Amino acid sequence: MIPKVDKLGRYGEFGGRYVPEALMGALGELETAWTDAWAEGGFRTELNDLLAAVVGRPTPLYDAKRLSERVGARVLLKREDLAHSGAHKINNTVGQVLLAKRMGKTRIIAETGAGQHGVATATAAAYFGLPCVVFMGAVDVERQHLNVVRMELLGAQVIPVTAGSSTLKDAVNEALRDWVTNVEDTHYVLGSVVGPHPYPEIVASLQEVIGEEARRQCLQMIGELPDEVVACVGGGSNAIGLFRGFYDDDEVRLVGIEAGGEGGGGPHGASITKGTPGVLHGARSLLLQDDDGLIAHAHSISAGLDYPGVGPEHAALAHSGRATYESATDAEALDAFGVLAETEGIIPALEPAHAIAYLLRSKPKGNILLGLSGRGDKDVETVAAALLRAKQ
Amino acid sequence: MTALLEHLESVRSAGRKIFVPYLMAGVPDRDTFTALLACEEADAIEVGLPFSDPLMDGPVIAAAGERAIADGIGPLDAIDLVGAAPKGGPLRLAMTYYNPIHRLGEEEFCRRLADAGISGLIVPDLPVEESDSLMEHAGTHGLAWVPLVAPTSSAERVKKIAATATGFVYAVSTMGVTGVRESLSERSSRVVEACRVATDLPVLVGIGVSTPEQAFEAASTADGVVIGSATVKRAMEEGRAAVETFFKEIRAALG
Repeated sequence: MIPKVDKLGRYGEFGGRYVPEALMGALGELETAWTDAWAEGGFRTELNDLLAAVVGRPTPLYDAKRLSERVGARVLLKREDLAHSGAHKINNTVGQVLLAKRMGKTRIIAETGAGQHGVATATAAAYFGLPCVVFMGAVDVERQHLNVVRMELLGAQVIPVTAGSSTLKDAVNEALRDWVTNVEDTHYVLGSVVGPHPYPEIVASLQEVIGEEARRQCLQMIGELPDEVVACVGGGSNAIGLFRGFYDDDEVRLVGIEAGGEGGGGPHGASITKGTPGVLHGARSLLLQDDDGLIAHAHSISAGLDYPGVGPEHAALAHSGRATYESATDAEALDAFGVLAETEGIIPALEPAHAIAYLLRSKPKGNILLGLSGRGDKDVETVAAALLRAKQ
Repeated sequence: MTALLEHLESVRSAGRKIFVPYLMAGVPDRDTFTALLACEEADAIEVGLPFSDPLMDGPVIAAAGERAIADGIGPLDAIDLVGAAPKGGPLRLAMTYYNPIHRLGEEEFCRRLADAGISGLIVPDLPVEESDSLMEHAGTHGLAWVPLVAPTSSAERVKKIAATATGFVYAVSTMGVTGVRESLSERSSRVVEACRVATDLPVLVGIGVSTPEQAFEAASTADGVVIGSATVKRAMEEGRAAVETFFKEIRAALG
C-alpha cells in the first residue's frame, strides 16, 4: 500500500498536526498557500527554472563500476552530492523560500543537524535576499564547524541550541519556538519530511524530483528499473524523494537505512527499526522514547541521522511493508565512507555512507539504485578523529 | 459541572479574581514543591509534568523541567508526587505535553490523574481537532478540560475551542512561549474579548503575565491569571519563602 496524505495530514495512522493553538493559523495558511502554488503552473515553472539554474539539476546518475565489483551487484548512484551546496537539501529550500516570497514573508528560519539543511536554507535565502536565522544544536555546531562557517559566509545567523541533547531535535524545538513568536512575518523552512502537516507533504513533494529523475535516468542507462532502491533515513527526506519515484513499481524493493549508532545495544538513531509510536515535533510517528514518553537522546556519528524520530510517511511505508528498513552502525558507515572514496573517488557524507555500508554488508543482487544524498567535506574532521581513535 | 468549574464559579460570584500559579512538579525539590501545593493564595494550581521536549515553554520552565527529569521525576512520577501530597488546599490541574499521554494511553493517563486527586488537564500541543477522545476520557474521570486560545485564533476557532472547555478557557496573551516579559501584550484584552463572545466560562490570561501590575492589568478584563515562569524562576533561584511572598503580592494586586 502506498501512503497518501489525507485531509488531516495523515499517512495511514501517522502524521497529523500536534502543535500549540498559536501555530494552527499559520499551518492552515501555509497549507492553503502550498496547495495553491503546487497546483499552479506558474509556480512549478519558476521552481523548475530555479532547480536547473541554481541547483544544477538534473543531477547525474552515476555508474559506480568499481564499487559494483566490491558489492557484487551493479550500483548506480543518484548524485545529490553534486547539487549546489552539496546535498539534496537545496531542492526543498529553494522551493520553500520561493513559497515564502509568494506568501509575503520577510524572514526565514530553519533548524539544522549536519548543517546541510542550514547551508541550503542560507543559500536560498541569500539568493532571494531574505534574512535567515538557523538554529543548530551546540554539539552539532562543534562537530560540523565547517558548515557553520559556510552559513555565516552566506549571511545567515547561526544560533547554537544548548537545551536537551543539544542536537537536531532540540534545534527543531527552538525553531518552532521562534516561529510561534514571529509567525506573522516569518517562514520556517523545515528541512525534512517531519513536523506538523503540511510540512511532511511539502518537503516530500519538493524532493520527488530526485526519484523522478532517477527513474528516467535508470531506464535510459540500463533499460530497466532497478531491483532495489536504497537510501539513508534520518528524518527521511532524501529517501522519500527517491522512493516516491518508484511507489507504483511493485517489483522495485525500497530499503531505508537508519543509524545503528554504536551497535550492540548502544545508543542509536533507528526510530523505525527500534522505535515505538509517539508524537514529536507536531506529528505522530515512530520515535525513540522511554516508558514515560520522554524522548530519548539519539546517537549517530552522522549529525544528519542523529534524530529520535522519522517522517510519518516512512512510518506508514514501514507499517504497510512497501518499504523495509535496516540499520548500519557508526563503524560500518566509517568503513563504507573509505570504500566509496577509494573505489570511486567520491567522498560521501556520513549519512549516505550508511546506505553504502548496507550494500557492502548485505551483498544484494541485481541492479541497485542508491541515493547519494550529500558530499562529505563537512565530515572529514569527524572521520579523521574517528580513525585516530580507532588506531589508538 | 466539573469540580474545578464549580469552584472557579464560586470565586467569581464572590467578586474575586482567580489566581492560578504554575509549578513544575518536583521543583526546586520534592518537599518544597509539596509544601507549595498547599498555598492559600491560589484558587487552583497548575502543575507542569516534566517533558523532554517542551516546545511551548521558554527557557525558565524548560530548565525547570530538565532539572526535574535530572532528579528522576518523569511525568508519571510527577503524578505520583501530587498524589502523595497531603489532601486539601487549592484544586490541582495537570499541564502536560501529549506524548506522555499517548505513550501510556489516554484512558489510563486520565485515570492516574484522577487517582492522584487532580481536577483538570491542560495539553498545550493538542489542538481541538485531535482532542475528542482525550476529552471524553477526561470527562469520564471528572477532569476539567482547559483548552488554550491564541491571539491568532480566528473567531470561528475560538468558538470551537471554547465550546470544549469544562474548567476555564486559557487565553494566551501573546504570541510566543512561556516566559517573563517587560509588559503585558496589548493583545491580551483582545483575546479575552474574543473568548467572552464565545463562552460564559471563566477566562484566565496566561503566558507573559509575571508581575503584580501585569496581573492587575490582565484581570481588568479577564476573570483571572495564570502565572508560570515568574513563579518557577523564584522557586528555582530563591526558594519557598520567595514564592510565597510573590503569591501574596499577586493576591493583593488581584484583590
